[in-house]
Amino acid sequence: MASLPWLRVVGLLLALCLGNGPVAAIEPVRVGSKTFTESYLLAEITAQFLESRGIPVERQAGLGGTLIAYEALRKGSIDLYPEYTGTLSQAVLQQPGISRSQLDAALQQQGLRLLLPWGFNNSYAMAINGALARSENISRVSDLARYPALDFGFSHEFLNRSDGWGALSAAYQLPQQAVGIEHALAYAAIASGHLDVTDAYSTDGELQVHDLVLLRDDRAFFPGYEAFLLARNDLPVAVAETLQLLAQRIDAPTMRALNYRVSHSGETPSAVASDFLRDSALANTAPRVAPTRTERILGNTAVHLKLTGIALLLGCAVAIPLALLLARFQRAARALLYLAGLIQTIPALALLALMIPLVGLGELTAILALFLYSLLPIVRNTLTGLFNVDPLLKQVATGMGLTPTQQLLRVELPLAMPTLLAGIKTAAIISIGTATLAAFVGAGGLGEPIISGLNLNDHGLILEGAIPAALLAIAAELLFELIERATIPAHLRN
Amino acid sequence: MSSLSLQSVSKSYGHTTALEDLTLEFPDGRITAIIGPSGCGKSTLLKLCNGLVRPDQGEVWAFAEPLDYRELAPVRRRMGYAVQGTGLFPHLTARDNISLLATLEGWESAAIEQRLTELMSLAQLKADELQRYPHQLSGGQQQRVGLCRAMMLRPAILLLDEPFAAIDPITRIDIHEQLLVLHRAEPTTALLVTHDMREALRLADHLVIMDRGRVMHSASKEELLAGMDAEDPDRLLHTLLAQQETCS
Repeated sequence: MASLPWLRVVGLLLALCLGNGPVAAIEPVRVGSKTFTESYLLAEITAQFLESRGIPVERQAGLGGTLIAYEALRKGSIDLYPEYTGTLSQAVLQQPGISRSQLDAALQQQGLRLLLPWGFNNSYAMAINGALARSENISRVSDLARYPALDFGFSHEFLNRSDGWGALSAAYQLPQQAVGIEHALAYAAIASGHLDVTDAYSTDGELQVHDLVLLRDDRAFFPGYEAFLLARNDLPVAVAETLQLLAQRIDAPTMRALNYRVSHSGETPSAVASDFLRDSALANTAPRVAPTRTERILGNTAVHLKLTGIALLLGCAVAIPLALLLARFQRAARALLYLAGLIQTIPALALLALMIPLVGLGELTAILALFLYSLLPIVRNTLTGLFNVDPLLKQVATGMGLTPTQQLLRVELPLAMPTLLAGIKTAAIISIGTATLAAFVGAGGLGEPIISGLNLNDHGLILEGAIPAALLAIAAELLFELIERATIPAHLRN
Repeated sequence: MSSLSLQSVSKSYGHTTALEDLTLEFPDGRITAIIGPSGCGKSTLLKLCNGLVRPDQGEVWAFAEPLDYRELAPVRRRMGYAVQGTGLFPHLTARDNISLLATLEGWESAAIEQRLTELMSLAQLKADELQRYPHQLSGGQQQRVGLCRAMMLRPAILLLDEPFAAIDPITRIDIHEQLLVLHRAEPTTALLVTHDMREALRLADHLVIMDRGRVMHSASKEELLAGMDAEDPDRLLHTLLAQQETCS
């Protein structure tokens, strides 16, 4: 962390630009969630419940995965989010099979603790086509070993987890091969007979829709996935005590029903949470008024433009001078290109996750990641443009008596300009595309409807993000064409 | 002492000797043609004069001082420079090509205008031609723009590196006239590198004939042609190269 002090400086400067200055007098409780329905719902129930008790709340919904949410919490970018014991011991602490007291001790070391519990267990389970289960009399996971011809398809996470398919097949000596399939598609594939068995969460609302049977884990393979709120130790005592009122209020069938209302009936998590709090006499809250589609699109587009715009300006401000400086040193230039290329190969989501410990959640993280991605195309094209200037022209410029700086500014840079601009254009378009991932770190933008849409299998919502993003990319293309026309004589344009 | 001279200059590229122990003075206010077959070292000689090439041994003197290789730009601005294929900057109009150095020197726009008008009339360039980019001009026009650019700052020395090599023979006669007009109006110490004896005889007052890195003859045109047949310039050059004479 200490090896990247410049990141912190840049971050600080950016924070000043963005106006994320000191916050209001009463610190709101920052409630996070991951990107699946149940996490959205539990976070929303928590948030509305706190608000009903007069405690201000800031929502950071839809953090892109366990690692991002956990790091955001540890770093203090959020105060709490819904989490499961099994996920913590397996995926985060990587100490499978530890007891509850060991888990508490391990969390304590990180400055974290578990609140509640909610009252249900959302364990992994094997789900099988109902008709098949009845006709073949399959009710336990161990029964599967007798049917080697069954088609298994699992979510990519389950295929790759240490407590996932590999360990399960070993424990039950299952002979089948499994393929990876997007979780949202797996149930439909089973219903249509293309798949026989998949992994499911025991509180999955979709289980109510399709004729699916959950198999009994007769060798007790799956660890408990008891639902809690994972919170920072520095959460005010009053808040923690208030939240304790939610303990043991949701059992598995209730959770399944709530999930179903969001994932299948198309209700918003906010409305369902509000109903739940009222029906269980916990609070009488009104669901938050959802902004209209137009408001959402405009708001998200504005955020998207801000993220990409700042990142691009920053990218130009760093990459162009760097390339100019290095143009005289070919070997150093090659090293720089190599480094920029290396950054480019880091998957965007991984880069975002890596930056959370450094700069926390939100716009800053997204802008820094986009900035790093914009470096390669700008540096590479600036250098290429400079290297391709006719050597005779450089010789003439020198021979005429231009100083190296004058030669660069008056001759080489103008001649490299078409290539340089093309690099900035590429960076802008990459940035607009990559910025859809910003929603995973709570930075908003057009990725937000896309992620929600993917999660809720709502195509309208996906398009609500995808179409403006595509239009932005086209607009960027046109804008750069105008800049090119304005700055470069026609015969030198690409 | 003349304003441009070489003192015992040698230059090699790896094992190849480009110039060997050269001592030359170029007469002030005159056009000196440096002529010889390809690879004789004439282009290297020119680049030594404005410091584009640095000698292994010996010194280059300009304006009564040896060249200061740490700070070449000021002295280069006192030497106009034009090359084969013109070397005009494609992103600048003819006008901006010509006035670039004056702008960088911080000339007032009125002074720039006045100088442009002078050069335009000497080089017979029209105002609308000045607004064009180099690729929109004919080869001859490009050459004239190149000469005007080299002369913009009224340099005392003019270095011309085969500037007319790529021009058709008819246009070449016109542009030769142009150069003579310009030179008569502003007599600089001019060095013209060429492999064309006809061109050398037409333009130069003084000739330096080179072969394989050495100077075979250096003399005024009259001296050199005394008793020679100048009817066939190519044959003349051949004859001169065949004579084992050293620098005069």
